[in-house]
Amino acid sequence: MTAAAITPARKGSGFWGAFARNKGAVIGLVFLALVVLMAVFADLLYPASPWDMTAMPFQPPLSEDALLGSDTLGRDIASGIAHGARVSLLIGLTSTAVAVLIGVFLGAVSGFYGGRVDDLVMRFTELFQTIPNFVLAVVLVAIFTPSLTSIVLAIAIVSWPPLARLARGEFMSLRSREFVHAAVTTGQSNLTIIWRQILPNSLSPIIVSASLMVATAILLESSLSFLGLGDPNLMSWGYMVGAARTVIRQAWWMSFFPGIAILLTVLALNLVGEGLNDALNPKLARKGRS
Amino acid sequence: MTETTLLDVRNLTIDLPRGADRPHAVEDLTFTLERGEILCVVGESGSGKSMTAHAVMGLLPKAVKVSSGGIRHQGTDVLSLPERDQRALRGGRIAMIFQEPMTALNPLMRVGDQIDEVLRYHTALDRAARRARVVELLASVGLPEPDHLRRSYPFRLSGGQRQRVMIAMALAVEPDVLIADEPTTALDVTTQKQILELIRDIQAKRHMGVMFITHDFGVVAEIAHRVAVMQKGRLVEIGAAEEVLNRPKHPYTRQLIAAVPHLIEHREDFTRDRQPVLTAQKVCKTFHIGGGFFTPGRKVVAGDDLSLTIHQGETVGLVGESGSGKSTLGRSIVGLIKPDSGKILFEGVDLLSLSRPAFRPYRRHVQMVFQDPYASLNPRHTVGDIITQGPVAFGEDRHRALDKAKELLTLVGLDASAAERFPHEFSGGQRQRISIARALALEPKLLIADEPVSALDVSVQAQVLDLLEDLRHRLNLSMLFITHDLRIAAQICDTIAVMQKGRIVEIGPAKEVFGNPQHGYTRTLLDAIPGKGWTVPEDVVPVTRRSAALRNSA
Amino acid sequence: MPRIALFISQRLVKAVFVVLAIAVFNFFLVHAAPGDPAAVMAGEAGAADAQFVEQLRQQFGLDRPLYEQLGTYMSKVVQADLGYSYRQQRPVFDLLMDRLPVTLSLTLTAFVLALLGGVALGTLAAMRAGTWSDTAITVVGLTAYATPIFWIGLMLILLFSVNLGWLPAFGTETIGAGYTGWDAFLDKAKHLVLPVTTLGLFYMAVYTRLTRASILEVRDMDFVKTARAKGLPEWRIVSVHILRNAILPVITVAGFQAGHLIGGSILIETVFALPGIGRLAFEAVLQRDYQVLLGIFLLTSVVVVIFNLLTDLIYSLVDPRIEVAP
Repeated sequence: MTAAAITPARKGSGFWGAFARNKGAVIGLVFLALVVLMAVFADLLYPASPWDMTAMPFQPPLSEDALLGSDTLGRDIASGIAHGARVSLLIGLTSTAVAVLIGVFLGAVSGFYGGRVDDLVMRFTELFQTIPNFVLAVVLVAIFTPSLTSIVLAIAIVSWPPLARLARGEFMSLRSREFVHAAVTTGQSNLTIIWRQILPNSLSPIIVSASLMVATAILLESSLSFLGLGDPNLMSWGYMVGAARTVIRQAWWMSFFPGIAILLTVLALNLVGEGLNDALNPKLARKGRS
Repeated sequence: MTETTLLDVRNLTIDLPRGADRPHAVEDLTFTLERGEILCVVGESGSGKSMTAHAVMGLLPKAVKVSSGGIRHQGTDVLSLPERDQRALRGGRIAMIFQEPMTALNPLMRVGDQIDEVLRYHTALDRAARRARVVELLASVGLPEPDHLRRSYPFRLSGGQRQRVMIAMALAVEPDVLIADEPTTALDVTTQKQILELIRDIQAKRHMGVMFITHDFGVVAEIAHRVAVMQKGRLVEIGAAEEVLNRPKHPYTRQLIAAVPHLIEHREDFTRDRQPVLTAQKVCKTFHIGGGFFTPGRKVVAGDDLSLTIHQGETVGLVGESGSGKSTLGRSIVGLIKPDSGKILFEGVDLLSLSRPAFRPYRRHVQMVFQDPYASLNPRHTVGDIITQGPVAFGEDRHRALDKAKELLTLVGLDASAAERFPHEFSGGQRQRISIARALALEPKLLIADEPVSALDVSVQAQVLDLLEDLRHRLNLSMLFITHDLRIAAQICDTIAVMQKGRIVEIGPAKEVFGNPQHGYTRTLLDAIPGKGWTVPEDVVPVTRRSAALRNSA
Repeated sequence: MPRIALFISQRLVKAVFVVLAIAVFNFFLVHAAPGDPAAVMAGEAGAADAQFVEQLRQQFGLDRPLYEQLGTYMSKVVQADLGYSYRQQRPVFDLLMDRLPVTLSLTLTAFVLALLGGVALGTLAAMRAGTWSDTAITVVGLTAYATPIFWIGLMLILLFSVNLGWLPAFGTETIGAGYTGWDAFLDKAKHLVLPVTTLGLFYMAVYTRLTRASILEVRDMDFVKTARAKGLPEWRIVSVHILRNAILPVITVAGFQAGHLIGGSILIETVFALPGIGRLAFEAVLQRDYQVLLGIFLLTSVVVVIFNLLTDLIYSLVDPRIEVAP
C-alpha cells in the first residue's frame, strides 16, 4: 500500500469526539481546570500570604485553623498548595513555550534545509541531549541565582532537544512529500511552503509532545525548588516538600499534600496529552485496509 | 469434490467489523484448487482476494471473522481445527508468500535461520540435516552461493533475492498448496519475469496447487491455468485461463481486460517538424547517500549524459526500472533537483544557468503531475486552495483563480463543487484528476508526469490515461511521461527513451522501439512484459474509451 | 567484525568531542555568570578570603584574553585538574572520586532493574493489550511517571522505615555496627533497597510504556505475519520475532536517558543522605561552591558519554544493520 494516510483534517465535533472517547483524558482535563481555577482564585481563597504564620506550628490535618495542617513555622499547607499552583502552572507553561520555540525553530531549519545545516544543528542537539539535563538545570539556576526567569530559562534549555528532533523528523518527511514538491513547482516561496504546507501538517505531534512537556517541566520545577533552588519569593509545591523533609517522622502531612498536588497535576497533564494524541494522531485510519 | 482437490472453499462469507464501507469482505465465495494447477485470483484493491487467502491460512485480523461457509484442505475442515493442528497446517501443508519482500523477512535474523525455523517446527530433522536442507532449498530457488547466502541478513539482499528466500522458506516442508499474494507486484519487470518462471517451474516439478493473487491480467496470461475474478467480495467469473482471457463473459471481467494497457496500432505517427519545447543536453547527476561531515557516503549515478528533445505536442516516454534514474531528469527540469552538469534548454533558454528568481517565471511553463495521489495533495487544504495556490503565487486574483479552478475541475471530469471539499473525500483516481487540474492551472506548455497512474487500479488507470491523452490534444501540451510500465508507455507515448543505470540506452519513435528494438536491454525489458504472448481481444476494447472516461469520474 | 570496530572507534572519537565541547561550555558558564569569575569560582562572595581569590586569578590567568584562559582551562581539564574547593579544602577531582562509587552503584542498579522490569511489564501489557492486566500496568505506570521521585522517596521512608521499620532510611551502612564479610554486604544492600526502588520506579514506568508501544507497533509488521504463516508457536513469534525487534528503540531511549538517571540521583541522594555525587551537588548548591558544581557537571557528562558508548555497543550487537547506519 503506497498510500500512507496523512492525518485527515479534523475539526469541531470530530476532534472533541475522539478526545472524549478517552475517559482518562476527560478526567484529566476536568482536574486540570480545577487546578487552574485554584491558581486563579488563590488570593480569594487564601487572602493571607502563604508565607505568613496563620496557625500554631505542627497542626495536623483537619485542625480548626488549617484544613491540611500547618508546617514547622505555622504556615497553612492548604494556602501554600493553592498559591503554589500558580508557580507550577506558570513555570510549566512558559518554559514549555520557550522550549517549543527553540526546538521547533531548530528542528524546522534542520529538517527543511538538510545537508550541512542539518548536520550542524543535529550535532548541537545531540550535545544537549548528552548533558545530564537535571544537573545542567541545577548548575544554571545556581550560577545565575534562583529567580522566575532563570528557572524558566534553565528548564527550557534542558527540555528543547526532543522537540527539535521531533520537528526535524516531521519537516524532513514532509519536505519529501509530493504535495510539498508540488508547492515548489507551482512557484510558492520557501516561507509560504514552511508556513502553509509543512507546519500545519507537523503540528499535531508537536502539540502532543508540548502538552506532555508541560508535565515534565512541572516535575523539573518541583525538583529544583525541592533542592532549595526555587524563586525565594514564590511559594511552590517542591519547596514545601523540601522544607518538610527533615521532619517527615513527626509531620507526614507537610510533605504528603504538596506531593499529592504535584502528582495529580502532572498525571492530569499526561492524561490530557494522551487524549490529544488519540484525537490528533489517529492511527486507526491506517488499519483495516485489505 | 474429487481426489485431486486440495482446497475446497464453500459459500465462504467473511464479515468486516462494524463501520467498514461494506458488511462483508467476502460473500458466498465458492471455488476449488486442484493439485497441479495455478489458479489466479484477480481483482482490484478491496475485492476481497487477499482476505480470502488470509482466511485459508487462518491469518485473518482479529476484527474480521468468518461468519459462514467452510474451507477444506484435503477433506479436513480448516476453520474448526484446534490451534495446534492449524499451526501444523500453516507452513507445513499450506505455505504463503507475500507482496512486500522488503518487509516480509525479519531484519534481525539470518535468512538461513529463518528457513531453519520452519524445518525445526515442522520436521524431526537434526541440526546438520536441517542445514543441508536450507542450502538445498536456497539453491533450488536459484540463489547463488547458498552456503554463504544462508548466513546473510535480509538487508544485504535485493528485492528479488528476498522473494526467492521467501519462496525457499515456503517450500521448506514440501507443502501441497502455495498461496502467493501479489508476489511480484513490488518487483521490477525483469525480476518479476524470473520470479514468475520460478513459481511456474516449482509448481510443475512438485505438482503443487498454487493460488496466485494478482491485479494484473498480464501476469494472469503468463502463468494461470484457471482464473477467478472477484469484485467487491464476490466471485463474478471463474474458468479456464484461455476462456476467461479471450472470451470473458461477465461485464466486470470485460471491463478489467479492456483497461489493460497495450500498444495502440492505429495511432498516427508523430511528425517531429514542430519547434522543440525542451531540450536536455548531457545532463549528469550523482547522488551521495548517507555520509556526514567526514564520510563521503555511497555514490549513486542517477543521470549520466542524458540528452533528449521534446517537441511541441509530443509525448516522450521515459521508461526504466527502479533506480534507473528516470525520475531524476523530470525533477531536474522542474527544478526540484540541481544536476551536476549539462544543459536543460526551454525554448532556447538554459534553465540550469538561471538564478532562483530568474528561474521562477519558467515554473509556470513546466508543471508536474506526481505519482502518489495520497501524498501529492495537502490534506489540510481544500481542493480549491490547492489548485489556486500556484496562480495566486504568480499574482493572480484569488477570485478569478478560483473561478478558473472550477472550470478546470469540470475539464478533468470532476464537479465544480469539488473545490470546497478536502482531498480525503476523494478516491485515488479523483485525486489524480485534482493533481492534473493543479498542474494545468498555471497553463503550462510542458507537463512532466512522473508515474501518474502506477498507484491506481487498472480500470481507474485507463481512465486517467485517457484523460491525459485527451487533454494534451485539446490544450496542445507537450509531455514527458515517466513510467516503469512499458505497456502504458506503448499506449500513450509518441517517442520512447529507455533508461538503464542512469543512461538513456535507446531512444526513438514508439513504434520502432517496440517493433524493432536495437539495444539488448530494451529487448530484455520487452521480453519481460507479462502476458506479451496474449493480445487483448478486439471485441472487448471499446472503439473510443475517451468519452466514457470523461463521463465517469474515476 | 572490523566494521563494528570502525563503528565503535567512530563513536569514541565523537565521545571525545562531546566531552571537550562540554568542557568549553563549562568554561563559558563561569564567565557568563554575574560577577567576577574569580569570585564565582571561589564560591559565595565574601566567604572566600581575598588572597584565595587573587590566587585563582593568577592560576587561571583571569586578566589574560579569553581564548588564552580557555586554553589554560582546557589543558587543566585534560589533566583531570578540575580546580580546588575552598570550602572543602580539597581538589575537586579527589572529592568527586571519593563520591563516585556510591552514585554508580545506585544508578547502575536502578538502571538495570528498571530496564529488566520495564521490558517485562511492557511485554506483558502489550501481549494482553485491552485486558485488565494491561490496564493495571498502564495505570500504575502512568502514576509512577507522574510522581516526583523525591516525594516517592519520602513516602517510602515513611512507610517502610518509619511505620513498618523494615528497612533503613538513611546512609549506606549501619554506622558502628562493625559488620564484616557477607553481613557487611547485606547491610549495604539493605540500605540501597529504598533508594534504588525510588530511582528505578520512575524509569521502569518509562521503559514499560516504551516497550508496550514498540511491541504493539512491531506486532503488525509484515515479518510477524510471515512468522505466523510459517506455523510457529506463539511464544516463539513473541520472543524471537517481535521482542527482539521491539527492544531496539527501547535501548536507544535508555541510552539517551542515562543522563536523566544521574540527574535523578541528586534528588535521591539528598533524600536518603547517601554520600554520592548527587549529595555533593546538593551541598555545593547550598554553599555556592561553583567549582565543585561545575566539576560535577563535567564528570556526570563523561559518565553519560560512557553510558551512551555502552548502549551503542549493545545496539551494534543486537542489530546487524548497524554497519550501514551513519
